Parts: sequence; structure tokens; C-alpha cells
Amino acid sequence: MAFDLSQSMQLIAALTPDIIMMVGGMVLMLVSAWGTESVERQRRVGTAAIGVCIVSAVFVVYFMAVHATAGSGVIAVDNFRWIVDLVLLAATAGTIALGLDYNTREGILPAESHVLVIFATSGMMILAAARDLTIVFLGIELMSIAVYILTGMNRRSEKSAEGAIKYFLLGAFSTGFLLYGIALVYGATGTTSLTLIGERVAAHQIMSAPMLLTGIGLMLIGFGFKVALAPFHMWAPDVYEGAPTPITAYMAAAVKAAAFAAFLRVFLEAFAGEIPSWHVAVWWLAAITMVVGNLIALASKDIKRLLAYSSIAHAGYILVVLASGQALGSSAFLFYIVAYTLATFGAFGVVVALGQSGEPYLNVDDYAGLWTVRPWLSVSMAVCMLSLLGFPIFGGAGFFAKWYVIQSALYAPEPQTRLAVLLVLTSVISAGYYMYVVLVMFMKPRREVNTVSDPRSVGAATRWVIGLSTVILLFLGVYPNALVSLTQGKGSYLRAPTPQVSQVVPR
Amino acid sequence: MLAESLGLSAILFVIGVVGVLTRRNAIIIFMCVELMLNAVNLTFVALSRYYGMGGQVFVLFVMTVAAAEAAVGLAIIISIFRHRQTVDLRNINVMKG
Repeated sequence: MAFDLSQSMQLIAALTPDIIMMVGGMVLMLVSAWGTESVERQRRVGTAAIGVCIVSAVFVVYFMAVHATAGSGVIAVDNFRWIVDLVLLAATAGTIALGLDYNTREGILPAESHVLVIFATSGMMILAAARDLTIVFLGIELMSIAVYILTGMNRRSEKSAEGAIKYFLLGAFSTGFLLYGIALVYGATGTTSLTLIGERVAAHQIMSAPMLLTGIGLMLIGFGFKVALAPFHMWAPDVYEGAPTPITAYMAAAVKAAAFAAFLRVFLEAFAGEIPSWHVAVWWLAAITMVVGNLIALASKDIKRLLAYSSIAHAGYILVVLASGQALGSSAFLFYIVAYTLATFGAFGVVVALGQSGEPYLNVDDYAGLWTVRPWLSVSMAVCMLSLLGFPIFGGAGFFAKWYVIQSALYAPEPQTRLAVLLVLTSVISAGYYMYVVLVMFMKPRREVNTVSDPRSVGAATRWVIGLSTVILLFLGVYPNALVSLTQGKGSYLRAPTPQVSQVVPR
Repeated sequence: MLAESLGLSAILFVIGVVGVLTRRNAIIIFMCVELMLNAVNLTFVALSRYYGMGGQVFVLFVMTVAAAEAAVGLAIIISIFRHRQTVDLRNINVMKG
């Protein structure tokens, strides 16, 4: 099946999964605004929102099965997009499922909290598809504006409001950089289409080289803020701590995956011709992010902050893929986000399951002796922690995720050996905090008073999220080929187009 | 003409960035961000004289998004004001960062 994107009907057809999310979101927004707020209404709208995700996922799988392709146009139709879409939709369904129980407990009544997740996801899916800088900008903003609101969704919590204002101000600030970068790239090349930019950059048909390089640098800063690379990570811990826990999981997994998908596509498809000039910057960003994220995580005791710094470290690992700057990298990236999303949702699922109203006990030491009262939750948490660490067998797919990233670094045209070594060394450092969580749960005696480990019933939706993530993680740890055949399939690789020298620079 | 317009928009952008980094009032920071976005708009309009309509269409998108962002941003600023009775970021520090 091949789409001709110059015809509007075919363009709409190629965007079916994204449009389903948008229309579903608008209908649900009307439904949730129609009537009084109540717990039942919130749960009903949430369930319907999960249904919208499933319908959209069915279309994504269908397009994947028929190997849909498209000619050049403003959006991409390839395997890379579909796999990222599936990860995003799974993360969305997980967020809403965790939100059903979490919102009930915390008394967050507005049903719009689930609808906004749907809107943010439609922006992310657009971002995964974008093959034009205009679409990249619109996708990022559609995603960010919805997530700013979601961060501040718990209106009674001062932390939530503080997280929202920090995220909003820094997010808008970074958008400014991204946008100015886009403007300068447009100025240098005369187009916003990634394909055309790629051709013109490779053929050196640009108006002004300093303008292009400044543009690339500013876009790097803009994307760096969005995916929380050090030194642009300062907002992340506060925002992750302040946001409602399901939204924290959503930001750590889905927002990061979507922003990285666009990041990789822009840099590998459009700026591949300039690799020598941006490679050093990306190399250092990856190195600093891995070191800073892991070292500060060692010092964190709050479980949400710990996972926030761990997510910064993982952004560094993923950036190694970009630093290797080649096709194999994009399939390593796809495998990585699947494993990372599953592990993140498992871990945050346990945090939601053990939380109490107002979330007073989030210190890692409050999990002491969890094994004796909640054996299954402790086992799931341990699997997710080992997966984030990259431990073989017990850590499930996490090991292979890091394995493929290291492989893509070592087999690059210019092998990134030092970066691969740094990745392994920082992973060893990360054992210091991941293993500490496991150790506390299994080896320390249970505290007597008021700890989170008091047995309480866990909501059905939360249980499903934790169970499914853990089981799929372990399954992929034994049979990684089930996923590898997908991520290495046709259309999974991002490649720069071959330059066509005949074209002339626009006036 | 192009060089002057691009220079002016670069200066406006830098003023916006410096404002965000030095001021501590949430509303003034937000105004500086808007200044950055408008500097970008000026760049696009100046460039579209050379490249055609593409840049001007982008400006319309930027203005739409900036309006949506302003609506959400002011709502967030109001919600923090209800908690702290201030919009000064020096006083908004329940969390460590």
C-alpha cells in the first residue's frame, strides 16, 4: 500500500491513527464537560479513552501489516513511525489506567485529566510522523501544552502547581530556541521539508553555512530541553516530583520517546550531511548526561526524584544512538524505548499502588521489608529496577536494549568506543541506586509504624499495568527476537536521502 | 534589507533570553518568552521575502500556538498565585531544585 501524500484524501488516510486520537479526544472532552464531576464519570471517561487508544492502535497495526509506504511529503509513513506510535499508545493506555485509580484516591475529579493525555498523545504521534519542520513544531507544542496542564492537574497540591509553572516557563523558553533554530535552518536552506533540507545540506546548496550551524545548534538546545539532557535537565526532577505520579510516568516514558523520535529523524534525515559539525556537541551532551544523571540519582532518596534522575541518565544512553549517527542506531533506539517504557511503567505502577492519599511516604527507605507483605509488588519492582539497570535474564529486555545501543556505537562507520565504555561504566554506577531499592525491599526489616508497606488493596487497573509490563519485559528478555524482527524490519531505519546535485539553490 | 531584519530579530531574541535568565517574576519571564517568539516571527517574515509564502504560513502557526500557550500559561500562573500569593520565582521553592 503506497500513499500519494500530494493528494489531500490520501494524506488524511495516512494520518488515520492520529486523527482518531484527535477526534476521540474532542468527543470525550465534550462528554466530560457535560454534567457534574464525579468519580464514576472520571472512571467512565478514562475507560472510553483507553478504548480510543485501542482503536487507534488497531489502525497502526493494520498499516504495519500491509507495509504502508508513501512518496515524499510532509509526513513519513514507515515502520519507525508505527513502532513509536505503538509505544506511545501503550504508554497512554498505561497512564490512563494508572490515572483511574490514582485520581480516585487523590480526589482529582475532572474527567478532562484523561482527555488531555489523549490530546498530548495525538501531538506525540504527529511528532513521530513529522517530516517537515512545521509539523515538528506543531507536534511538540500540541504535546507540551497538554502536558503543562497535566502537570498542574492536582489543583490542591502546591507541589503540583510549582512543577507546572517551572515546566511551563522552561518549556516555553526551550520552544523559543527550537523555533529560532527552525527559522535559521529555513533561512539557510529555503525549505522546511526534512527531505529537501537533507538533499541541500548534503550537496552544500545553502545560503550561509554559519546560519545553518547556528540553526542546528539552537535546535539541539531546544530538543535537549525537551528530552532533559544535562545541562538542560534542571527542570526535570522538580517537575517529575510535583506532577501526579501517572503523569510523571507519562513524561518519563512517552514525552521522552516522542521527542527523541523527532530529534533522531530531524538530525539523521535532514542534517546527516553536516555530521562532522554537530557530532562533537552530541558526543559531549551524551557523555555529560550519562555521568550527571547517574551521579545525582545516587544521592536521591525520594523514589520519584530517583526515577527522574534515572530517566535523565537514560536520555544520555539513547543519545549514544544519535552520536553513532548511522542507520543501525534507529533500530537500537526502537528496541530501547520499548524496554524503557515497559520498565518505567512497571516501576511507577508500583509507586502508585503503594501510595496513600497525599503521597506522604515516597522515600526509598519506606519500602523496607516490602517483600514480607507485598511479595508480588516487590518482585515486579525488582524486575523493573534490574531492567533499567540492564541486568540479564532477571532484568528482562533491559539487557538487550543496552546491548543493541552499545552495538550501534561500536559498529558505526566511526566506532564510538569511548562512548560505549562510558555507557558501561555509568551503568555500573547506576547499580548503586537501582540495587539499593531492591536491597531495601528484600533485605531490610519492615518498619513498625506508618510505612507504605501496610497491606492495602490495589486497584484492578493498576494491577494490570504492573503485571503486563513485568510479564512482557521478562518475555522479551528471553525472546528478544520477537521484537528485533520488528525493529529491524523494512522502513525502520532513518536514512539521509542521497544528494541530487542537479538542484539549484532557491534565489 | 535582509541582513538588517535578521540582525534586529537576533537582538530581540537575545533581549528575550537575557530577560528570562535574569528576571524572577513569572509574568515578566513569560513576556520575555513572547518576545523571543516574536523575534522568530520577524525572522520568518524577513526570510519569506526571499523564499516565498512558506515563512509567512509558519508565522501564522507560531501566533496560534503562542496564543494557546498564553492561555494555559496565565492559568498556571493564577493557580500558583492561589497557593503562594506571589508570582516571584524566588519564593516558589517547596522542592529543592
